Amino acid sequence: MGIRFILMVNKQGQTRLAQYYEWLTLEERRALEGEIVRKCLARNEQQCSFVEHRNYKIVYRRYASLFFLVGVDNEENELAILEFIHLLVETMDRHFGNVCELDIMFHLEKAHFMLEEMVMNGSVVETSKANILSPIQLMEKAS
Amino acid sequence: MNPFSSGTRLRDMIRAIRSCKTAAEERAVVRKECAAIRAAISENDQDYRHRNLAKLMFIHMLGYPTHFGQMECLKLIASSGFPEKRIGYLALMLLLDERQEVLMLVTNSLKQDLNHSNQYIIGLALCALGNICSAEMARDLAPEVERLLQFRDPNIRKKAALCSIRIIKKVPDLAENFINPAASLLREKHHGVLITAVQLCTDLCKVSSEALEYFREKCTEGLVKTLKDMANSSYSPEYDVAGITDPFLHIRLLKLLRILGQGDPDASDCMNDILAQVATKIESNKNAGNAILYECVGTIMSIEDNGGLRVLAINILGRFLSNRDNNIRYVALNMLMKAMTVDAQAVQRHRATILECVKDSDASIRKKALDLVYLLVNESNVKPLTKELIEYLEASDQEFKGVLTDKICSLVEKFSPEKIWYIDQMLKVLSEAGSFVKDEVWHALIVVISNASDLHGYSVRALYRALQTTTEQESLVRVAVWCIGEYGDILVNNVGMLDIEEPITVTESDAVDAVEVAIKRHTSDLTTKAMALIALLKLSSRFPSCSARIKDIILQNKQSFVLELQQRSIEFNCILQKHQNIRAALVERMPVLDEATFSGRRAGSLPTSVSTSTGTAHNIPNGIAKPAAAPVADLLDLSSDDAPAPSSSGGDFLQDLLGVDLSTASAPPSKLGCTNGTDLRNIRVKSTSKRWYNVLLDLLSIGTSPPAQSSSSASDILSSIQDNTASLANLNGLTSLSPLSANGNSPVSPAPVMDLLDGFGPSPQKNEENGPAYPSLVAYESSSLRMSFNFSKQPGNPQTTLIQATFTNLSPNVYNDFLFQAAVPKFLQLHLDPASSNTLPANGSISQSMKVTNSQHGKKSLVMRIRIAYKMNGKEVFGRGASQQFPPFRVRDQFWGKDKRRASFVRHGPTAARSDGIHLHLAARSEFVLIFSSLTMKQDLNWVDLLIPDDVARSELELTFSSLTMMQDLNKVDLLISDDEARSE
Repeated sequence: MGIRFILMVNKQGQTRLAQYYEWLTLEERRALEGEIVRKCLARNEQQCSFVEHRNYKIVYRRYASLFFLVGVDNEENELAILEFIHLLVETMDRHFGNVCELDIMFHLEKAHFMLEEMVMNGSVVETSKANILSPIQLMEKAS
Repeated sequence: MNPFSSGTRLRDMIRAIRSCKTAAEERAVVRKECAAIRAAISENDQDYRHRNLAKLMFIHMLGYPTHFGQMECLKLIASSGFPEKRIGYLALMLLLDERQEVLMLVTNSLKQDLNHSNQYIIGLALCALGNICSAEMARDLAPEVERLLQFRDPNIRKKAALCSIRIIKKVPDLAENFINPAASLLREKHHGVLITAVQLCTDLCKVSSEALEYFREKCTEGLVKTLKDMANSSYSPEYDVAGITDPFLHIRLLKLLRILGQGDPDASDCMNDILAQVATKIESNKNAGNAILYECVGTIMSIEDNGGLRVLAINILGRFLSNRDNNIRYVALNMLMKAMTVDAQAVQRHRATILECVKDSDASIRKKALDLVYLLVNESNVKPLTKELIEYLEASDQEFKGVLTDKICSLVEKFSPEKIWYIDQMLKVLSEAGSFVKDEVWHALIVVISNASDLHGYSVRALYRALQTTTEQESLVRVAVWCIGEYGDILVNNVGMLDIEEPITVTESDAVDAVEVAIKRHTSDLTTKAMALIALLKLSSRFPSCSARIKDIILQNKQSFVLELQQRSIEFNCILQKHQNIRAALVERMPVLDEATFSGRRAGSLPTSVSTSTGTAHNIPNGIAKPAAAPVADLLDLSSDDAPAPSSSGGDFLQDLLGVDLSTASAPPSKLGCTNGTDLRNIRVKSTSKRWYNVLLDLLSIGTSPPAQSSSSASDILSSIQDNTASLANLNGLTSLSPLSANGNSPVSPAPVMDLLDGFGPSPQKNEENGPAYPSLVAYESSSLRMSFNFSKQPGNPQTTLIQATFTNLSPNVYNDFLFQAAVPKFLQLHLDPASSNTLPANGSISQSMKVTNSQHGKKSLVMRIRIAYKMNGKEVFGRGASQQFPPFRVRDQFWGKDKRRASFVRHGPTAARSDGIHLHLAARSEFVLIFSSLTMKQDLNWVDLLIPDDVARSELELTFSSLTMMQDLNKVDLLISDDEARSE
């Protein structure tokens, strides 16, 4: 299991989406998110996109006002995760049209559906944007 | 409508939360919303169920408790509509986890949905199962998932493959069922299926060696071909990233190849070509390409050696390392770290670049580079590398200094080629970052300095110089103060000057100045100040000309608000004022500190008896937190935690007090005539008897053991003083041999010694008759056997009770295989010597001695449970009981809880090692299971005595014992289970 959690956080450090692939209690999650966000948001553009925290490696990338943070274990290819974040953003862009914080906030469940099609139990399931989005589009058509 | 009623739309709730200015406002909104949802749940509101759950998911994301919605998930999943199920499954994955009992209830719904006719619903169920399934669910649903691996739609197959990963991780036994289907999935073309199939194979290899062999043999070639096809494929828009087809699949394939190639030359050979192709062909100007190269290097490094490929890989890393992109440099460092184990030589070539990375502005890169440098250091390059690191220490920012200092210290300690270099480097580190240095590091430095007798002068002068430039680094000040106190005379007289040193003129008052600065500096902490006081005391005898001034400084602390300083000040003042004659002897230079003891202690390998008794000392050097047991040891001993625990006899106290190794006492007396310092110490020890230790011991023990409570120690002193003139003779012998007698030349009478600390010692009125302090006791008596205990205490060690057990056979039969066992609670330590014999003749008796150390002496009384086993006429007989009474302490007949049962097992074997056992008191069932798994590994245990919680069934216990017997090859194990009623016999 490579990916342990995926977080989307705004510039103010507020969590906008959180998906964990291992169980943490509410308190542990709050503490972890606080620590990670503080660490990552303090770094500048030139610094590398990897931060080691506890036994996680955090790979993060910033898109406008939104930070995408992915916690992985030590075996994972950091550069590939960076590429994965980009794929995730591109997929959301294709669906929402230039995705922003509010899209994710008000369509949290859709963001989760997309994530569900991309990652399962910490592993990547699908990398084709069309394949990821087709069930979601189908559902939208039905409703 | 009230915006916060249960009818709020999801959108409105999110808006309301978004508009909150403060966390308190947000909490209020969430509270109201949760209340409304709870109300809706209790009314079993169906229409808004999915909306409520959507809200709960949002609230959950914000970090508020949402457990009350768990049952709602199950209800939604069980409903028939797709949108309801969709939300239900999502909420299930977000709000629940495999540990919750509620999850049991969902298994059935999952099973139905896995067999649903709508493939999207199957997809939902697979996804949920893949994310949260427990071992139990995995067993129940594995056949469904296995079947779905062959489903017609590839989107289901890929999810089933990932779901299988979860299943085999939860239940590795199921792995073999998945090997064949996984192998056939590898032949698919659909990227989603391929990437998940490769992932499944990777995980199968991890849990099952059988799978590894299978894939290695059957699939390596196929995988190489897949990779080759993909690398050579033409543009495919759906999977293209920066001109590369599906880098994610590339990486997964390379990962699996790594596992297959590791340790198998044939498989490695098979993949050489494609790895070379990937390593040379992939463009490295985009992140996606670099990600593949990075993975490829990892694979090349892991598979069986191929020189050419390795060179290629190291070159790629070299290129990465000089890349301007920090991400690339970071992964290069990461990979070089892994490459260290394979090809350290090649990594060494990049040393200069790596060292530059330690100074990078990016904390992540710095840390990685430092970790790598740490691995790179060896005996041959330690000097230049340490030099670089120490130079950088100055420039590094505060938060990095701690880590850096840690690493430097551990490198210097590990690889230091000579002592002088070690001392130099540590001095630099202390001057630069002394406040980041851990206590054990400067303790170690002191030990090293103390052991390097030819470097005493050099060290103290270097420290003195360092102290002149900076006094901000606490640990530097401590080491300097300690050395000045110990070696002040060498400092002033420039003794042992090395060629490399610049001459330095330090007067006696300069040295005192340095210490005075340390004590007066308001930032100095208690430890430093206390150490400075001791240094002053020592200097007062080294520098007679300054002694008046030193006395003044010491006196200034008499009013200190800190008790420790005040007490030291008063005590030292007494020594200065009233006991001139013994002062020089008291403040002798510390003997060489034992390096082995120190390093053993650092490694934590000292026997437990020592660690428990020093545990109360809070490990603060200088005994600032006074351990109740060793006040004297701390009085003059710098690092009390290095001192052996006062476990055996009062002699140890003196050993600590004067820093004398008792073993020297046995040296031949021919050295008596020698005049140098070391031998004088020998003399002193030789001329003292153990009794004398006790006298001095208790004289100095500052009333920490109240005479009323442990009258034994008081009576010991008195008896030794009164009934034994030998001790006085020794006292005279001591003084006449020690240098003071030359000045004083007056025989020391007992009175001044008694009064050494102005009546802090126990008062002499407590005279008692010498004799057996405690009556003996019959601990066990049956018609056939009597056991009696005789008690005695070691003088000066009230915590320890010696018990002599005598077993008397009251029957006309011979008892064979006699075995006595005793159990004590945690605050006691029991040492059981072997019995004088394991055969008890008719009407005869044998004895066995034991030692009980009570760590809570004075608070808790001694208690013990005993068990006796022997064979009479080939028949086994057992007896057990609780200690009835241990005078003069209170009686506590039962310390086992009422709801516990007890079991023990005994390995049959030579009686000599009968003491190698443990007593365990298990509070819960989980502990029981844990204990047994660890016990099976302990081959050296001869017996175990257990308290078993009630929820462990007797049958289970018997089963465990019998499996233990098989595993440990113990063909004879006694299992005794006694219930509470049985025990009160």
